[in-house]
Amino acid sequence: MTAAANKLVVTAHGDREIRIVRTFDAPRRLVFDAFTKPALVKRWLTGPDGWSLPVCEIDLRPGGTFRYVWKNTEGTEMGMGGTYREIDAPDRIVHEELFDEDWTGGQTLVTTHFVEDGGRTTVTTAVVYSSTETRDAVLKSPMESGIAIGYDRLEGILTSEFAK
Amino acid sequence: MTPSERLDATFAALADPTRRAILARLALGEASVLELAEPFAMSQPAVSKHLKVLERAGLVSRSRAAQRRPCRIEIDPLTEATDWLEEYRKLWEANFSRLDTLLEELKADAASQVSSVQPNDFTTKED
Repeated sequence: MTAAANKLVVTAHGDREIRIVRTFDAPRRLVFDAFTKPALVKRWLTGPDGWSLPVCEIDLRPGGTFRYVWKNTEGTEMGMGGTYREIDAPDRIVHEELFDEDWTGGQTLVTTHFVEDGGRTTVTTAVVYSSTETRDAVLKSPMESGIAIGYDRLEGILTSEFAK
Repeated sequence: MTPSERLDATFAALADPTRRAILARLALGEASVLELAEPFAMSQPAVSKHLKVLERAGLVSRSRAAQRRPCRIEIDPLTEATDWLEEYRKLWEANFSRLDTLLEELKADAASQVSSVQPNDFTTKED
């Protein structure tokens, strides 16, 4: 199956950004719908095994808000919400998000790009942790010099250097 | 340190190429500050500064027994860091593989709609 060959790439860029890249065997319009229509989002963005996404509210317009609540089989809930900054359907979405528990140390800025090529769509999600509002808090944390190492690089270091 | 703070410290420590090179060197065996400074053409104080960051992150430990206080690599925080990234990656793999399935359904729906809607469109136009 071709879908199985679509590799997920997770890398770190600069000091606070993580990028997730994945290609899907579907035209952009469908992929965009799957990312923005609550009935569709609920079917795939369910997280780890045993979790579901019972609450998914999306007001897809600049300044509009969204709210996701995940729930596991034991009843534990995890909520996240935010505001859309830019909507350029079906090309680009920029939004701010914050988990209820705020384990990311403040709001994160997320830019999602949808690029179609030959009926396939590549989605690039850039997650920038901590906006300027939380910059001071971040600077005081051990993250000051940032996550500047990509997963692949880290894995490379581990396998080539430490596995000896 | 909390697990989250420990991860931050590990990633921050690994963000520097010199510190990664120091870790790569220590992976081959213990070394003193002097021995570490040599291949990097760095002063001992500069190497000591990097070692302090690595020590704070728990990636390097230093023996107090000998005069030369050899440095040793500690593997646990590195394992924790890769485990964290692996969990993050696995979570998105699972989400996206469900999305693959959903998109196949949507494509099939779109195709069947096109084939059933087109004849209707003709009759509408003729009306």
